[in-house]
Amino acid sequence: MTAYTASPSEHTDEHYLAMDLLRFTTAGSVDDGKSTLIGRLLYDSKAIFEDTLENLERVTEQRGEETLNLALLTDGLRAEREQGITIDVAYRYFATPKRKFIIADTPGHIQYTRNMVTGASTANLAIILIDARKGVIEQTCRHSFIASLIGIPHVVVAVNKMDLVDFSEARFQEIVAQYSEFASRLNIPDIKFIPISALHGDNVVENSARTPWYKGGSLLYTLETVYIGSDLNHIDPRFSIQTVIRPNNDAHHDFRGFAGRVAGGVFKPGDDIISLPSGLPAVIKSIHGPEGELAEAFAPMSVAITLDREIDSSRGDLFAKPHNQPAVTQDVEAMVCWFAPAKLNPSGKYILRHATRETKCAIKAVRYKVNINTLHKNTEDLTIGMNDIGRIHVRTAVPLMIDPYKRNRTTGSFILIDEFTNETVGAGMILWPDGSERSPAEQFADMGGL
Amino acid sequence: MSSYNLTHLAQLEHEAIFVLREVAAQFERPALLFSGGKDSIVMARLAQKAFAPAKLPFPLVHVDTGHNFSEAIEYRDWFAEDVGARLIVRYVADSIKAGRCQEEKGPNPSRNGLQTVTLLDTIEEFKFDACLGGARRDEEKARAKERFFSHRDEFGQWDPKNQRPELWNLFNGRKNQGEHFRVFPLSNWTEMDVWQYIAREKLKIPSIYFSHQRRIVNRNGVLLAESPYITLLDGERYEERTVRYRTVGDSTCTGAVESPASTMAEIIQEVASARVTERGTRADDKRSESAMEDRKKAGYF
Ligand SMILES: Nc1nc2c(ncn2[C@@H]2O[C@H](COP(=O)(O)OP(=O)(O)OP(=O)(O)O)[C@@H](O)[C@H]2O)c(=O)[nH]1
Ligand SMILES: [Mg+2]
Repeated sequence: MTAYTASPSEHTDEHYLAMDLLRFTTAGSVDDGKSTLIGRLLYDSKAIFEDTLENLERVTEQRGEETLNLALLTDGLRAEREQGITIDVAYRYFATPKRKFIIADTPGHIQYTRNMVTGASTANLAIILIDARKGVIEQTCRHSFIASLIGIPHVVVAVNKMDLVDFSEARFQEIVAQYSEFASRLNIPDIKFIPISALHGDNVVENSARTPWYKGGSLLYTLETVYIGSDLNHIDPRFSIQTVIRPNNDAHHDFRGFAGRVAGGVFKPGDDIISLPSGLPAVIKSIHGPEGELAEAFAPMSVAITLDREIDSSRGDLFAKPHNQPAVTQDVEAMVCWFAPAKLNPSGKYILRHATRETKCAIKAVRYKVNINTLHKNTEDLTIGMNDIGRIHVRTAVPLMIDPYKRNRTTGSFILIDEFTNETVGAGMILWPDGSERSPAEQFADMGGL
Repeated sequence: MSSYNLTHLAQLEHEAIFVLREVAAQFERPALLFSGGKDSIVMARLAQKAFAPAKLPFPLVHVDTGHNFSEAIEYRDWFAEDVGARLIVRYVADSIKAGRCQEEKGPNPSRNGLQTVTLLDTIEEFKFDACLGGARRDEEKARAKERFFSHRDEFGQWDPKNQRPELWNLFNGRKNQGEHFRVFPLSNWTEMDVWQYIAREKLKIPSIYFSHQRRIVNRNGVLLAESPYITLLDGERYEERTVRYRTVGDSTCTGAVESPASTMAEIIQEVASARVTERGTRADDKRSESAMEDRKKAGYF
């Protein structure tokens, strides 16, 4: 037969496979130039295919615009092109000889904050754009706060449209000071500032002659060299069961594999585990990965685990180790970012999805709402509306196995779903139990840190 | 001491397996859309791994336009047999016969858009609540906007202006009666990743991906294969060329590329130095600026 005679050779490109990966997102207010910047970055690093470029030229011309509209590279929807704004995240993929990149270009418009959070939730680095004429505005603050809450470790503040302020060093320094003052209240370990013009390409791929006073690297250089520490937890063993694999055939009659993705720590055959919430102990017999049996499994590997005995565990349960367990609780204290046009109902019921578990929950308290501009905690006005961020206490119908978000992004996060519309209405980042003995009420009293 | 690092290809593999398992767990009647093209081959391979040593927990579904390349169809049947999966095929020709849609007119009538009708009817017939697709975000600008779990209303429509937020790896597959999801486990894969994976896994693929001799006609820069469904226009003629395909869709709208690449290593070389996108060979995308978005809104793959 000729249809599938071709046999692939052994060839795989070692260099390509060994390259590391940086996932980054754009952020900042509407029209600050995020999409233009991504277009410029791809264009100047010659990462745009010829047909895409021809298309871009044609569309730019049809629109009667004089310079190549680089924002159209990511603003691909008809509605986006009509309005000249980004509505939903666009993902772009590109590689330089040094690194592979996944870019999420997100919308700046406040109405689409939920899409910005979508793009940011999986990023290791955020480029926050600021229009040099406008300086730090509310949306800059909101996005920076979200980036900090989500735990993005690296932020590059790109002060854009420098061409419109005559590449003034004074103006740049003014904005650096303004942003630094605001960011001192955030939890972002690494912040860099770069003066750029996305439209003209200054300091995007090459350093610009028009900013001789700027001694740092170009944006691309920064992206290529920033240290990518893993945000994965390799200390606390956590494994949420997605599904149970039972082949029901003669060859694998007794096989019962708990399938899931390692969310933290390391699991090895022979390890003692404990299944939660039941508390039943067992010993790992074998671990099966995509390439066969494994001597160890760590985050973010998808594996199937078999045990030495039959225990009653299924989707939503979690394996940990006897000496290192998450909190098993129905009470969760969390920061929530609200997406729905309908306000959070302070005595309402929602569906909560945490790891592989889904349960009903009730909002027990709204502790405070965060004032986005000042980061002050407002305990007077507790209405959490669309795009607001606040601290809540939820009680779930069944126990959850949780860690603080700062310790583990997978066992520390959840989403809230509206029971009737099935829409995702909120994103939660768990604060407590955080291993400390202080109850949420006590912690709340001293308002210690977000 | 191990360093707990995974190559990015391994990261993509683990991510896709996670998504496939979420589909099996969250839905009652999922299906895997399988065309015999490289992306669906990779997706099916990942599904095998996700549920091994059990069999695939969902059927393979193919919407046959009648204009498919015979190599892809042969491959499809062989593959289903080889993995022991149930294969469901539904035909655009039957939808036309039943008056559900109409054949296009013109010199290369495409059944590409008509597939949507047959696909939605098939989803209805089997009450599928999730369809796994091999689409990738790097393929096209509308696809660049897709979620992993992409909601479709009761008419099968995509609403790109109003997608559900998708945080971390928490996929919300809840829906109302009659609605369904399209799920894309390969969202973050590039064309190069797919080829690297095919090479790593030593997957068999249809022969049309490798260089071969074929009679083609050059129509507006798209090299279309000789077929009974194409009518030559004035001044057009078929010529024999050395070609291969980068993407496999309908023969009436998928163009070949001239290429001597006949081994996996040569294909990877070619992909690495390619100057045009893989869908640059697709006449269906060239019909208008938002051709893909419009088709997707209507319920296309
Ligand atoms: N003069 C000047 N104009 C710029 C620069 N960067 C972007 N612009 C212009 O600013 C406008 C908005 O640019 P976009 O890239 O669409 O802005 P955005 O941040 O992506 O906007 P949203 O995605 O809708 O939030 C466009 O008209 C750009 O041409 C710059 O460096 N200098
Ligand atoms: Mg934009």
